[in-house]
Amino acid sequence: MQFVQNFPFMTIILSLFSGPLSSILDGKKAKRVNLAVMSLITVMSCAVLVFVINSGSAYVYTMGHFPAPWGNEIRVGVLEAFMAVFFCVIMLLCVIGGVYEREQELEDTKQNLYYVMVNLLLSSLLALIYTNDLFTAYVFVEINTISACGLIMIRQNGRTLEAATRYMIMSLMGSGLLLLGICFLYDLTGHLLMSNIREQVQLLHQAGEYNIPLLVSLALISVGLAIKSALFPFHAWLPDAYGYSTLSSAAILSSLVSKGYIFLLVKIFFRVIGFGIVRDSKVVNVLFVFGVAGMIMGSVNAIRENNIRRMIAYSSVAQIGYIYMGFGLGTTAGVIASLYHVLSHAATKSLLFVAASGITDASGDHTEFLELTGAGYRNKLAGVAFTVGSLSMVGVPMFSGFISKLLFAQAGMESMHKMLPTLIALAISTILNAVYFMKTVIRIYTPVPAKVLQKKEYRCISMKEQPCKSTALVFFIILNMLLGLSSEPVIGLLRSGLAMFA
Amino acid sequence: MSKKVSEKDYERTLSFRIKQWMDGSRDLLLDNVEMKPQKPFTEDKITVIKRRKEKKQTFEKVYDLKNNPEVRIFRKVYRIFSVLFCLFLVTMLLTAVSNLPSFGNASNPVNNEVSERYIENGLQETGAVNLVTGMILDYRAFDTLGESHVLFIATCTVLILLRIDGDKKGRSGMGYSMENDRIYEPKNDIILQTVARILVPPIFIFGIYIILCGHLGPGGGFSGGAVIGAGLILYLNAFGFEKTERFFTQKTYRRTSFCALACYALAKSYSFYTGANHIESVIPLGTPGAILSSGLILILNICVGIVVAGTMYTFYVMFRKGAY
Repeated sequence: MQFVQNFPFMTIILSLFSGPLSSILDGKKAKRVNLAVMSLITVMSCAVLVFVINSGSAYVYTMGHFPAPWGNEIRVGVLEAFMAVFFCVIMLLCVIGGVYEREQELEDTKQNLYYVMVNLLLSSLLALIYTNDLFTAYVFVEINTISACGLIMIRQNGRTLEAATRYMIMSLMGSGLLLLGICFLYDLTGHLLMSNIREQVQLLHQAGEYNIPLLVSLALISVGLAIKSALFPFHAWLPDAYGYSTLSSAAILSSLVSKGYIFLLVKIFFRVIGFGIVRDSKVVNVLFVFGVAGMIMGSVNAIRENNIRRMIAYSSVAQIGYIYMGFGLGTTAGVIASLYHVLSHAATKSLLFVAASGITDASGDHTEFLELTGAGYRNKLAGVAFTVGSLSMVGVPMFSGFISKLLFAQAGMESMHKMLPTLIALAISTILNAVYFMKTVIRIYTPVPAKVLQKKEYRCISMKEQPCKSTALVFFIILNMLLGLSSEPVIGLLRSGLAMFA
Repeated sequence: MSKKVSEKDYERTLSFRIKQWMDGSRDLLLDNVEMKPQKPFTEDKITVIKRRKEKKQTFEKVYDLKNNPEVRIFRKVYRIFSVLFCLFLVTMLLTAVSNLPSFGNASNPVNNEVSERYIENGLQETGAVNLVTGMILDYRAFDTLGESHVLFIATCTVLILLRIDGDKKGRSGMGYSMENDRIYEPKNDIILQTVARILVPPIFIFGIYIILCGHLGPGGGFSGGAVIGAGLILYLNAFGFEKTERFFTQKTYRRTSFCALACYALAKSYSFYTGANHIESVIPLGTPGAILSSGLILILNICVGIVVAGTMYTFYVMFRKGAY
């Protein structure tokens, strides 16, 4: 065994270790430790990705002296390694982008607790990505839930406390359903290891035994994870949680926390139950319907919103709808489109949150639309970044959102019955997206007379004034363009990774 | 036929006295006590009016029912729909459960090679007489590593929510001392203090025993830590914050739990690393049944115990006072 193969487990342990470590340091030292650890983890994950691509097959890493069904194990394939790298990069950029806001909005003595949350969240995401064991996944889902709650309410005002309470109730409901589903599966198969459950489930399916409990457990798991990742009817917690928490929390929650659960769902579909059985079970059709409803209702709500951050939050509901619609198509192409949209949405939504905060900084911290007039001239980089993000969300070529919409449409063409609804929903949703995003872009580039500018306490912000935010924005834009312009290798990676899943 | 006893004779019997004692009308030491029956709950008119007004205001101002038709419709449909949904859920789950393999059947899928190896070889492979401890701290130690971090992060979240810091941003002086409920500490309750003086040392010793013998019998870090935490809470209630802060402050908690978690992570990383790379582990398993046996399990139990005890105590302090 080569030394690189130890890296996945080391990244998990390293971020688990630096969580408690941050709790005994003060805020500044904790920040440095956190950034160093995250950069190190990113580099290590890159090394793992290179190794897995070169070796061309997934490998299993035993956690301890006992082989798989008895002990724990993690499994590393191309898709897992790629997701780990991507999540680390986004996490790093989100944390860097929100430094200034954090120092303003959080109490000084609680700064270090923020990094405890971030570190443990990262470790739980990595563990969710790599794990090959359903119960380990559940344990780290717990860490994920609690740390997300902490991230929301660490900026203490009434709105965030309410949002955190809502998030906690909904998310614990989701965890409960997930646990119930896992219990059913364990009772039916006697295993917690993903590969062994899959063998047993295939046998049960062929023999035609226990059809009802299997279906129920699949439904419970899907609904549980859908609640946790804010699929349309379960999205009530989302706008407040994203709209009022501190900047990097909002970016991390929208681009990583919900995506971790979606990746777990993909993993359960492919590695635990088998996608063939999932497709036959009609659960996908339910996901399809809710996904389409979410695409449209999320955008309608976003249009009616007057607060820019809540608008972006509602747009997340629509984008999560896209992802579930892709699962709902029930084809591998659909899942690849969804996975690509996970990447593209993660890169774009965090960009939009950071850019929106840059814009509101230039408008005297107001978030209402009228106040944002002409903000694109006052903070040039944030204006450009917001435009890039909006174009990507709407699906203009050259940006990442276009590729995912193209992939959705192509996947939709393949399926017989769902072609028409998919295409119609895509068209309507694109128009609605354009309505609210272009409205904002036009608003921030509408010039304001100089008199009004002086009367209101607007100020111009140059790139040098906010070095952290500017760096994050530049990297986000580059990431977005990369995903948009050279999508072929990424899609190739996703395809080979998904093939390695089975 | 029952024996008829006059009222006076009856009042002299033991059963009557026990009945009085149970009623609370007689105390064993103070003799007869007059008990006032509890008054029925009444509200004066002003509070009723105030409450109604508040309710009305909630409907008018918060929900704005007149101008929000969707809220109005939602409130009507909500009850019917929730009952229907619950019925649906209950039916679904009951159907699913009734279709599961029957409980306790030897041929169930759960009784497979996994549990067989745990039961047959658990003692040899982990060195722990208590197989459950062997499972959670050796076979599936990664899960327990996550689980102890769940406790830690839960405490951190409670700290974020409830800790009051007298920091520079205007939260000092009067406000701080008002919010700090040190003034409401129990003032030297003799009964409580005597009981605590007698009970706390055995509780601590019992907790330590549970932790240390977790691999030999029922027990382990989670349960023993909870016992120690309960002892700390009792001590705090009897003697107040001034006494406990001499040996246990927030700094102590954070340092001890960091050390415990780091120790756990390091110990387990060693065994994960050696296990995955097929290197022979140098940690001896010892003779099963001896206190120093079963490899790392004893150390891990102690780590988990420290984290759990600190967590219990911190939760209590945070919910009561908000700082320590």
